[in-house]
Amino acid sequence: MSIFALDRVTAQFPEAVAERYVDRAGGAWAVIHADWLPKVAAFLKNDPELNFKLFGSADAVDRLHLAENDPRFEVVYFLYSLTRHEHVRLKVRVSESKAELPSLAPLYRGADWWERFVWDFYGIRFTGHPDLRRILLYEEFQGHPLRKDYALRDRQPLIPERPIKDIFRGPGTSGIA
Amino acid sequence: MADSDIAPILTTRHEEAMGFFQRMVSKGLGWARKYSLFTYPYATACCGMEYMSVAASRHDISRFGAEFPRFSPRQADLLMVVGTINLKQAPILKRVYEQMCEPKWVVAFGVCASSGGFYDNYAVLQGIDRIIPVDVYIPGCPPRPEQVLDGLMMLQEKIGSQVHRIADRGQPNATAAHHERMLSAGK
Repeated sequence: MSIFALDRVTAQFPEAVAERYVDRAGGAWAVIHADWLPKVAAFLKNDPELNFKLFGSADAVDRLHLAENDPRFEVVYFLYSLTRHEHVRLKVRVSESKAELPSLAPLYRGADWWERFVWDFYGIRFTGHPDLRRILLYEEFQGHPLRKDYALRDRQPLIPERPIKDIFRGPGTSGIA
Repeated sequence: MADSDIAPILTTRHEEAMGFFQRMVSKGLGWARKYSLFTYPYATACCGMEYMSVAASRHDISRFGAEFPRFSPRQADLLMVVGTINLKQAPILKRVYEQMCEPKWVVAFGVCASSGGFYDNYAVLQGIDRIIPVDVYIPGCPPRPEQVLDGLMMLQEKIGSQVHRIADRGQPNATAAHHERMLSAGK
């Protein structure tokens, strides 16, 4: 129940919060405007009553095939308070044309690799990140594979492969040319 | 002395004798090699647990002569690819294979190494036989230890029936030669 923390955020930055809702599992969410994200995160971290010191995780959602898909991406943040023993769930919407967010890595060391992950798989840039490289895929990789418009079997081998065409694996584009 | 100076009958006898000797040597070397496989376990995924089970006391792969896992490819003659190989790892696997000395054999352990398994996506190599020659494929996700032992026995049968020479220069093994042909045919 992070209603309290989100109420504090709403009271502190009324124009930062675009939307508030509670999901099916009972988790409270706040949709934050991108420009306000560092301020809101700093407030959650440094306010002695809230004390959200632990960066749980960050991930993104590509809403390309959903009914509501403008703006296309949502980046979600989970912060944890070790004194309040609860999570706070933040969400920021990012458009495809300007897939860019202010980085939280200067504020949270733990955000560093998560933002690299989101960059690697969704292609969302984080301005102010100290070292924004791919984290899991190789540098030669073109594109961002967890985007919904990335072809299902678009494999990018690093060394020549023997072409084997005899395995049928259901619908979808084949990785074999 | 030119070749024509030797009577044909003598040549045949000479070849026959040499052939008999070579077959003896080949059989002996094959017998020795199939019961002294030094495994390089290239374990990348959950199949590695099953490999440990095969190697541990209950199933005990050392009963079949594959006693000693070597963690240097230069000391191994059996490459066991245990688990999923993704595209980022494929060059590393190929290099490990190339570092092994002849004669060498490869076992694809589990369905991911054999064909990519259910990881039919952007990241995973669809079977290690796309980059290196494979002698025996062991199916299963993961395979039972009995299956692995069965695969090992199949490999031993294969090694026993192969031609072995004391000096093997310029004689690439049949599986590797076939793989090379297929690779160049694909270009």
